[in-house]
Amino acid sequence: MTANDAAKFRDPKLAKKVTDHIKKIAPTYKTKFCHVCGTHEWTITHYGLRSLLPDTVEVIAGPGCPVCILPAVDIDEAIALAEKGVTVTSFGDLIRVPGSKTSLQKVKAQGGDVRIVYGLRDAIQMAKKSPDKEFVFLAVGFETTSPSTAIEVLNRPPDNFSFLVSHRVIPPAMELLLGIEGLQIDGFIAAGHVSTIIGMKPYEVFPTVYGMPTVAAGFEPLDVLFAIDMLLQQVNGGAAKLENEYKRVISWEGNVKAQQLVARVFDVVDGHWRGIGKLAKSALTLKKEYEKYDARKKYDLHIEESQDILKGCLCHLVMVGKINPSECPSYMKSCVPESPKGACMVSNEGTCRIWAKHRVTKLR
Amino acid sequence: MVNIKMCLAIPAKVLEIKGNVAKVDFGEGVAREVNVMLVDAKVGDYVLVHAGYAIEKLNQKAAQESLNTWRQVLEQI
Repeated sequence: MTANDAAKFRDPKLAKKVTDHIKKIAPTYKTKFCHVCGTHEWTITHYGLRSLLPDTVEVIAGPGCPVCILPAVDIDEAIALAEKGVTVTSFGDLIRVPGSKTSLQKVKAQGGDVRIVYGLRDAIQMAKKSPDKEFVFLAVGFETTSPSTAIEVLNRPPDNFSFLVSHRVIPPAMELLLGIEGLQIDGFIAAGHVSTIIGMKPYEVFPTVYGMPTVAAGFEPLDVLFAIDMLLQQVNGGAAKLENEYKRVISWEGNVKAQQLVARVFDVVDGHWRGIGKLAKSALTLKKEYEKYDARKKYDLHIEESQDILKGCLCHLVMVGKINPSECPSYMKSCVPESPKGACMVSNEGTCRIWAKHRVTKLR
Repeated sequence: MVNIKMCLAIPAKVLEIKGNVAKVDFGEGVAREVNVMLVDAKVGDYVLVHAGYAIEKLNQKAAQESLNTWRQVLEQI
């Protein structure tokens, strides 16, 4: 969308009309919607959308930050490689995420070759330019990101390049949220750019099996307000449906080519999520025929013990929406963006960091 | 550009395509190279780019339709 088109989805007049409508149709009882994307949290917080909603309508953040849910063991593996002299390439956020004992940033400060890249292509270029050095890329991210890894695996990167694959898939985490006692979600705002790849079909289970209203939404403020309005209409109508608010980008079938490439390169396996634990069929791993690019196999990585949540950090509760950042005793006291205790305060998509950067101390 | 958001894709206009690589403009007036293998894009199209890879073409007609529909619906209230 052009800058001009994006502005149309930020139109204050239309936003006022939607929020008036939301206020009109909001039930008198508490209604709680959950999104599962760090960028949705950014939009909601940055544009102050929570302050526009009636008291009965709450929007919480689920585990939608791929950097936050990355287990400490994966960071520990990357650190072990950097300490061995391997060049570790990574997205910017990741290098500050705490592993069990230290972070990649600290390892870099001590002389480890840890490099921030904008994307995978840059990392592969670096490896091609320095054939005498070994390179590893930390392949993190949800369904939005895994297709790019698949493309480059199929492009056959140089022999001195491999991947530490930590991709996760979102629908199992959404299913987990429905089983958390006391959370009681009344509807999902599905992540716009995950849905761009996987399409709408993987969410069918939520309205049909769980009776959960589900709307996939874009990332402008009006997108989120429209989605909330659509969810409220479903709640009032008493029938859960699957709807697409972000039709300018998401198609029902998703990006089929991306899905095919991901299926060619990866197997879906059980995966560990920081602070959440093991989720069935929630992680991607390279298929056997591509295992020469699997850093875990190439370097025979085995981390015996790891620690996901450091003492005093309540990231695990923030990540599943059980508490707001401001309910954590460490938030903005011993845990601040400059000196984060947990992953949620590190990543640009972590709920704590987003709130901290916007100086949010309490909800209303 | 380095501190990207992991779930965010940013719209960019396709300026030139050579095989799987396109030069695009994010509105900065600077051409950047991105991989367009996952999308069926032409010069002049807008694509959503995530970490150097276009993940979908933007349907500008659908964008306008959706705004029009919402305006109509909300007018009636």
